[in-house]
This record gives sequence, structure tokens and C-alpha cells, in this order.
Amino acid sequence: MKKRSIHSYQKPWIVLFIAPALILTFIFTVIPAMTLLSYSLFSWESFKRIEFVGFANFERLTQFPFRQDFTLAFSNNVKVFFLLMFVQTSVGLLLAYAIYTLKRGKKFFQAVVFLPVIMSLVIVAFIWKLIFDPLFGPINSLAVQMDWPWLNQPWLGEPGMALYTLIFIGFWRWVGFPAIVFLAGMNSINDEFLEAARIDGASEGQIFRKIIFPLMAPSFTIIAILTFIGAFEWFELPYVIGGVTGQPGGSTTTMALLFYRLAFGTVDSATVDVGMSSAIGVVLFLFVGIGAALGSYYLRKREVQQ
Amino acid sequence: MKGNTLTRRVVAMSLSVAIAVSGSIFAVSSAKAADVDLTMYSWRVEDKVFYEDVIKTFKAKNPGININYQSFPSADYQTILMSAMAAGKGPDIVHVRAYGALDQLVVPGYLSPLEMSEVKGLNKYSKDLLNSQRGFSDKRLFGVPFATQNLGIFYNAAYLREAGIFSPPKTYPEFLEQLKKVKASGRQALANGGSTHIEQMWGTIAPMFYGGTTFFDDVVDGKKTFTDPAFLKSLEAMQDLFTYMPNNATAVSYDASRALFFSGKAAFFMGGIFELGYFRTQNPKIKFNFMATPPMTPGGKQFVSTWADGGYAINSKTKARPEALKFLNYLASKEFGQNFTDTISQISAVPGVRVRDMTLGKAASAQTKFGTPYIMLVGFRYKNPTGSALLQTGIPNMLNGSKTAKQVAEDVNKGVGAWFAPFAGKIATP
Repeated sequence: MKKRSIHSYQKPWIVLFIAPALILTFIFTVIPAMTLLSYSLFSWESFKRIEFVGFANFERLTQFPFRQDFTLAFSNNVKVFFLLMFVQTSVGLLLAYAIYTLKRGKKFFQAVVFLPVIMSLVIVAFIWKLIFDPLFGPINSLAVQMDWPWLNQPWLGEPGMALYTLIFIGFWRWVGFPAIVFLAGMNSINDEFLEAARIDGASEGQIFRKIIFPLMAPSFTIIAILTFIGAFEWFELPYVIGGVTGQPGGSTTTMALLFYRLAFGTVDSATVDVGMSSAIGVVLFLFVGIGAALGSYYLRKREVQQ
Repeated sequence: MKGNTLTRRVVAMSLSVAIAVSGSIFAVSSAKAADVDLTMYSWRVEDKVFYEDVIKTFKAKNPGININYQSFPSADYQTILMSAMAAGKGPDIVHVRAYGALDQLVVPGYLSPLEMSEVKGLNKYSKDLLNSQRGFSDKRLFGVPFATQNLGIFYNAAYLREAGIFSPPKTYPEFLEQLKKVKASGRQALANGGSTHIEQMWGTIAPMFYGGTTFFDDVVDGKKTFTDPAFLKSLEAMQDLFTYMPNNATAVSYDASRALFFSGKAAFFMGGIFELGYFRTQNPKIKFNFMATPPMTPGGKQFVSTWADGGYAINSKTKARPEALKFLNYLASKEFGQNFTDTISQISAVPGVRVRDMTLGKAASAQTKFGTPYIMLVGFRYKNPTGSALLQTGIPNMLNGSKTAKQVAEDVNKGVGAWFAPFAGKIATP
């Protein structure tokens, strides 16, 4: 197939259309990223820049007590990513397939599944915080009424449990998004493939595994990359529920939360440390940027063309 | 040609509008030439009506000075303020916190230093109160202190009576006995939960174990550290109280703890006297009282963690410093101080103010008789990791059994030792 060439008269138009996005990206992404990098190379007292210290702030990240905080935050982000990726994607896929195969009420169930996604995350967080409240929440009240000690737990107060409770809330709120993306992927599959398979005697399970699933690779790429970015920049939910110190006992700290805590301080616990927070920001930026680029490259190579 | 005519019309219209607008702006600015508009930022959302009344009274005495009081949620206040100051758009008058949080504003030069002679009566404030409004390194004065706070124990006498207890505890062991008795009667003994505010609960009892101001001075001088046996005892004492906290206490939020107490469903609440107004507003019908943490033995030594709550300061970039200073002078007056204490049930920092409220009076008296610096707030919230952050993480971990008191104390030592010069060479390098 002959490759289409760009005519010289088209070039100014291409530049014209790309320029606004490029300028905005430069102003709101490149400049802040470079500023962040420059901030991380200086020592600071409050918002006052003191002196150039090279990579000293990055070194401090590997020393007490930041090492513990940073390692904990990073491992929490990793847990969030793998759990959300596994549970959210699987359940999202099941929901999408269930809606896809429905004969009636498709629109209604699409709306129901997607509803939590359009709700404000802050409101969702507050509602779930109340639901899990050990004194006034319905879950623990029910547990007491029914004498079910296994349910009567400090869901958001036990360091070994709080992060998983948060992940559950995050899953509840976001599962509609992959479901809708997968559903769109399923709807875009050419019916001829499915009809041909049915004529050849393939079962619904075989059709799902051998045709629908492989052809949905682009949807998986989108979900995997977005989940990766979202999981490593997880902030709002732990902030609203566990506060800026990642309660209980710092167990719900994430990298973004640690960044915020050190960037702006808190009323009664942390003070401002611009150098350290910038160092965390740089690490986060590089990790998410490189991770998303590599993931995107690898996953796109595996996509199947219809 | 048609296009040119249209362009000319548009230009002519634009010019007319511009002239009209600039004319009216000029007219307005001439008419109000004498007025000075100031902005004040505060985290006291709940005191908005009070401060607006104060501003009205001030304006009646100082016509031409308009003050716009803007309040922000407490938890976000420091972030909003710092960002505004960094952008050069901060308020003229700043409601500032004390100690470490104040220092965050002092270091970048956001606040204008005050001379003692600039604010009438400032020389009558206690040295400790004034020190709360000085920087960590920059020892100049930056604010007029506004209130003093202390920790103690709120108790619900009617609820205690239901459990067969007819008078508040006179000693700390008796306090523990009462907690036990309330719990045995099937009632909720302590309302406190295990959120970040657990540091307040610890601060209520801790000085009784580590020995109050003597220990504070020794630690600040570097003569002792937080692994001192007396300090360890203060942490271990939290284990005794944990039994009497609500079920699943580590998950009970601060708001839920307060609700449990003001709704009359718990016997004791350990916290700051600043809750007084809040409890009364939330449930005007509830009757409760306040006491200093009782001594270990009858008539023994008592200590009450005390601190300065914050101050009123001036933005170093304000164009109306003289007017802002006038307002600060008013805020340092006895008239304002008395109004402050009477209206919002807090202890004003202004010397000579009478506390008429019985409950608040008990707190004020406890401050005077048994006051000792609230250790982490006064001494160790200047750099990261703060002593408070380490305790707020460490105590819940100790209560759930993942750390011992000694490990928590070692973490505090190591964390604070990273920036606190007097600890240099005294803490094992991690």
C-alpha cells in the first residue's frame, strides 16, 4: 500500500492544529516537571530555597525515617495496583460480558454499573467512612445485632486491614469504568466473526475465549495503563479516609500522600519540606512515566487487528 | 469598505466603554480615598460571626478601616495560607498558629516582625506566650498571642452516677478504678478513639508519668532523650487506657469520639478545653464538667499540658501595615480579650481577662497551677519528622501490638534526632 505523503501546503495546518496542545503540554507538564526537578536539587527551609545540594534529597529518601515511609508508601502503591488490576479488571470484564449478553435492560444496567464512577470521590469516601464507622456504621451495628464477631472489625482502624478496605472502596467506585470500556470493546467486534463461529458450532465460552477476549486487547491496554497511573498516583481516597498521615499508624500512606504531606505540611504533624517532596515527585513522575510508556509499548505489540 | 466601517464602530464603542468604566472607577476611588480595605485569613470557621462583630466594633472606633474576615477549614488552612503567601496574594492580617507552624511562615519572610512598643500591653504577656510567636531560629516576635489551651478530662457526672460513681476521681489510680467500674456496668468508659488525636489523649496523662516541666527542660537541653524510663512509662500507660476505649478503638475517628461524649454515651473524654464550646453547641442539653488529670497520690504533684494556640500577625507585604497594626492593638486590648473569653468560651491570652464560665475557669486555674509545656507541640514540631507525627503513628502501632513502647520511643528519638541539634551524638545512628 502506498504511504500517504504530507504535502507542503498541509504542513502549516498540521502545525496550527498541534500547536495549542503542545503549548498547553509545555506549560502544564514540561515546565512543572522541570521546576520539580530543580526544586529537588536544593535544600529548603519552609518555602525558602537555601542552597544547591545535588542529589542529597534523593539520598535522604533512602535514610531513616524517610526510607521507612517511602518504602511503605511504594509497597502500598504496588499492592493497590496489583489488587485493583486483578479484581477490578476481572469483575469489570464479567460485568461487561453480562451486560453484553443481555437481551433487555442493557441501558439500565450500563447506567447502574457506571453510576459510582460519576459520583464525587470525596462523597464516596465520606459515605464509606460512615458505613465502616465502628460506632455508628451499619456494618458493625449489624455485626453486633447478629452476634457475628467476624464482621465486627475495625475496618479502617487496623493497620493490616485498612489499606485493603480502601482498595475495596476504590474498586467499588471505579469498577464501572473498565466494565464500560470492555463493553465498548465487545460492541465494536464485528458480528460476522461471532456468527461464523456459531455456525461452526463454537460454544459461548469458546467464542469469549477465542474471539472476544483477544479482540479486546486495545481495551485491556487502556485499562492496564490507566489503572497503573491511577494506582501509583492514588491520593484522594486515602487522604479523605486516613488523613494526610495515612492513619491508622501510617498504614495507608501512598507516595502521593507522602508527597503532599511533605510539600504542604499538616496542622499537627508534619512541616513543609519542599526538597524532599520534590524528590518524591520526581521519582513518582519518572516511575509512572516510564512504566506507562513501557507498558503501553509492550501491550500494544500484543494487540490483534480485526 | 463595509468591513472597515464595522471595525471603526467596534473600536469606537470599545473606547467609549473603556472611558466610561475608567471614569466610574476613578469616581469611586476618589470617593473612598480615605478607606483602607484589609483582609484577614483564619482557620476559625466556627468563629466567623464573632470576628465579624469584633470587626464592626473596631470599625466604629476606626472609621475608614474595612476588614474582610475570610475563614478556611482548619485542616487545609496552612496549605491555603502558605500557597497564598508564596504567590504574594496573602491576607494583610494573618491568624497564625504557634511554634513550628508559625515558623513555616517566618522562615520565608512572609510575616512582618513586631516591636514590643508597637502593640500596647504586649509587655504584660508572659514570656512563654510571647515565645510561642517567635521563630525557631529567628527569635523576633511575629504575632500577638490570642489564646491558651490545655488538656484535661471532661466527665459526665450523670452518666457516672448511673454506674454508681458519685464524685470525680481524686487520684490517677482512682480514675482507672472508675473506668473499670463504668466498663463493668456495661457502659462506655472512655469516648476517645485511636486517630491522630491520640497524641492529645497521651498528652493528657503523659506529664504525670515523665515528670512535667523538669523532663521537658531536660529533653530540650539534650540532657535526656525519649528512651528515658519515665517517658516509656507515659507510653505504657496508654495500654491501660486502651481497654476502656470503644470497641475497635483504632478505627474510631476523632469526630465519632466527640459525638460519643457530647451525646451522653460515654463517661470521660480526654482532650483539650477548646472542645468546651463545641460540645455545648452540639448538644446544649448535656451537662459535663472538666478536671485536670488527677495526681498519682492524694495531694501529689499534678501536671497539665498547656500551650499557646496561636496569634494575630501582619503580612510582610501588606501595603497597609499601620492600619493592620491598629487592628492588632485592638486584638491585644482587654476589651477584646474579655469579649473573646465570654463569647467563644476560650481562655484569652490577654492578661487580666476574667474567666466567668465555671468549667472554663477550672481549666484556666489548672493552667496556672499545673501548667507544663505540651511537649511535642511546644518543643518538637519544627522539622520533619516531627515528634507529633512519630507519636501519632507510633502509639496506634503500640496499641495494636505491632510495636513496643520502647520501639516507639526509639523511633521518636531517631526521627527527632535527625534535626534536633541537642540530640546530636546521643542517639544511635539508624
